[in-house]
Amino acid sequence: MVDYALDRENAEPERYELREPPAHIFAVNRREFFGIAGAGLVIAAAAQQAAGQGSARSGALEARLHIGEDGTITVLSGKVEEGQGALTELTMAAAEELRVPLSQVRTLLCDTDRTPSDGITAGSRTTPGTVPGVRRAAAAARTLLLTTAARQFQVEATRLEVRDGAVTHGGRRYTYADLARSPELAAAYKNPPQGGALTPVKEWRILGKPQPRVDARDIVTGAHRYPSDIVRPGMLYGCVLRPPSYGATLESVDLEAARKMPGVIAVRDGSFAGCAAPTSFAARKAVEAIAAGAKWKVAPHPSSDGLFEHLKKHASRDARPRGERGNVEQALAAAARRLKASFQVAYVQHAPMEPRAAVAEWHDGRLTVWTGTSNPFSVRQQLAEAFHIGTDRIRVIVPHFGGGFGGKHTGEAAVEAARLAREAGRPVKVCWTRAEEFMWAYFRPAALIEIEAGLDARNSLSAWEFANYNSGTAALGTPYRVANVRETFIPSDSPLRQGSYRCLAATANNFAREAFMDELAEAAGKDPLEFRLAHLDNERIKNVLTAAAERFGWAERRKKRRPGVGIGLACGTEKNSVVAAFCEVEVDRESGTPRLLEIVEAFECGAILNPVNLRSQVEGCIMMGLGPALREEILFRGGRLTNGRFRAYRVPRFRDLPKTEVILLDRKDLEPAGAGETPIIAVAPAIANAVFDATGTRVRSMPIRLPRR
Amino acid sequence: MATIKFTVNGTARSVETEPERPLLEVLREDLGLTGTKYGCGEGQCGACTVLLDGRPTLSCITPAREVQGRKVTTIEGLAANGKLHPVQQAFVEESAMQCGYCTPGMVLRTVSLLERNPNPTDGEIIEGLNGHLCRCNGYHRIVAAVRRAAVLAGKQS
Repeated sequence: MVDYALDRENAEPERYELREPPAHIFAVNRREFFGIAGAGLVIAAAAQQAAGQGSARSGALEARLHIGEDGTITVLSGKVEEGQGALTELTMAAAEELRVPLSQVRTLLCDTDRTPSDGITAGSRTTPGTVPGVRRAAAAARTLLLTTAARQFQVEATRLEVRDGAVTHGGRRYTYADLARSPELAAAYKNPPQGGALTPVKEWRILGKPQPRVDARDIVTGAHRYPSDIVRPGMLYGCVLRPPSYGATLESVDLEAARKMPGVIAVRDGSFAGCAAPTSFAARKAVEAIAAGAKWKVAPHPSSDGLFEHLKKHASRDARPRGERGNVEQALAAAARRLKASFQVAYVQHAPMEPRAAVAEWHDGRLTVWTGTSNPFSVRQQLAEAFHIGTDRIRVIVPHFGGGFGGKHTGEAAVEAARLAREAGRPVKVCWTRAEEFMWAYFRPAALIEIEAGLDARNSLSAWEFANYNSGTAALGTPYRVANVRETFIPSDSPLRQGSYRCLAATANNFAREAFMDELAEAAGKDPLEFRLAHLDNERIKNVLTAAAERFGWAERRKKRRPGVGIGLACGTEKNSVVAAFCEVEVDRESGTPRLLEIVEAFECGAILNPVNLRSQVEGCIMMGLGPALREEILFRGGRLTNGRFRAYRVPRFRDLPKTEVILLDRKDLEPAGAGETPIIAVAPAIANAVFDATGTRVRSMPIRLPRR
Repeated sequence: MATIKFTVNGTARSVETEPERPLLEVLREDLGLTGTKYGCGEGQCGACTVLLDGRPTLSCITPAREVQGRKVTTIEGLAANGKLHPVQQAFVEESAMQCGYCTPGMVLRTVSLLERNPNPTDGEIIEGLNGHLCRCNGYHRIVAAVRRAAVLAGKQS
């Protein structure tokens, strides 16, 4: 059986990770220390076990930093860059502690032969987990520079400081390059320093200041090579034969039609069949030729029409509550009022701009793969299983890729390219089409959420029962004060392949909870903001609520009514950050479609590391959240998607831009937390609540749509 | 197969190709110009935008035969002698990218937009760029970059 221990260990605790055996396990046929190092100084730091995303080798010293004899500084991390800003953030972290300009540091991200494993890049863990590791290594290097210089100058280290990458004293200068060439280097190799004092927030010169992306120039000139842009000598282009529907299995296929084509190789290996050719056009033609005669055994598959009945019907019978206190039954029975509602959230697709892509190359029984994945060490494991070889013979390199949002935790294209490359005896590139990405990537889980709550005689929450079917446990627990609680996640049989998506199930759970809190506030005859504040002990949530309410002008705008226009709010917390959103929507009663006119969102994630990137993440979350809130919904029938293309599946566009204001609260007294996910969770419920305010109708589903007139 | 002769970024090129093959694939696979991106193959996302005789064109749905004798500009042809085009400069200064995969298409569309309308309003920018998708949803920063590009281009001319 497949061993997913590594994956489990690397996953964040609340993760509802896609777990499945590799799609293909092929028929059996028959580290050096990092090459970039050259001479110089290596700084290792103890691997972090931050929420399980550190190295699998717990507590081991990992090479984090290399200082070349010319003074070039290289940061090493197994994290990946997919647009979220890890590259710039890790570069800033090292430059800060080393006291050098940003331009003097280069950061090498995931290459399994060269970088330490930092686990999966997910769960907003780079900021709280990897940044401290890089800072510790850089601070250790700075300390070493100081103490070595102090010995050279024969003065006390406390009288010296590192500035612009050098220690100066009495006209003498000692730099990182000198350090890297020093005789003490050999000793440093044997006993790498394990950290120095981190720079306090109030002394930051680089962290906390706006820094543009360090790789911006390569992006605007088209010079950056994304995984789909990698070219290797003699490389062919691959195309894979896809089943006609979900669950269909290949019974027979004749490869001759493809093999007759010039330069084409074709292979079938179990459930896998595909072709490689000198151009992707020729590869597609070859696959079309074999597809014509392929025989498939199809399987029945449910339709999206009966989705929520299906999830309920196939719900696990032995799910136990994740959170339970007091006695919910008694409290409900004693409640002055009881409310009950059911919420539905559709499947959605991540649809990153760059579909899955990989280039694979075999050399002397070793496999090298360039691919876009957030989970490179797991992809290496998948390749090892698929090809029956040790992970020590597989190298996975992850160039900065074109978006993931939680949707690229797997290595499908890598496995496919590697199988074709082995057949061809040449490197092969496989780039999925948009249609393949829609149908064969995985989806954000659909959710059915049932809530029942009670209010006591003073209109305070006294009972809270919350059940999430199928979508997961993130932000399952209510942040509101209530004595009697039962919160349960109930797995079900998902008709579609499902996995992570930006902030996981927190979006669904927060949508249902925050929409229902509005219903409770209405039942209690309270203002929705006051009702929330009255039930909150979490000061951080109260702070963002208050900040956004003031900027939005909640109190004044509640008094002014405009026909067809409404306002709403929502808040939430997840991954050690807090968010509140206030918005105004307009509802076109003919089409039933709400339009987001304005949104004010306040976000707080501890001490801010890079305000420019943070703002981009929050703005991006708002706009991305708008899609599944108002329009995005995967539809399927007969084992096929019926809207798996951008023409039919409408993601947000420029025209959807609302008037937007982002408020970033900088809590310099708190440890920095990640920020790429939580800002998404307040968007949909704020819109739903504004739709109610505009129309008097509660829409308890995502996407939020009113019946057409 | 056909011989297609056309000019790419100021250089005369000749390729032997199936005439129905998308221009996008000819640029990326035959000429090594990978700055032009595949995003959807249905002309819905704008990632594959190039300038064909100066006009923005979706190269994923443009057959190679259509460029016979014409001039194509890709993202690689925009910076002159290592100096960024004002639009590229503006995208850098505004940090108008996250994953950056949509950026080449956005930049080329903006070049064309500003040639026709050197001082667009926000509404005109939104209409002009609406055919382009950014899944990192960095639309605010991109609009800001186009505004800044208009200023930078104005200073240069």
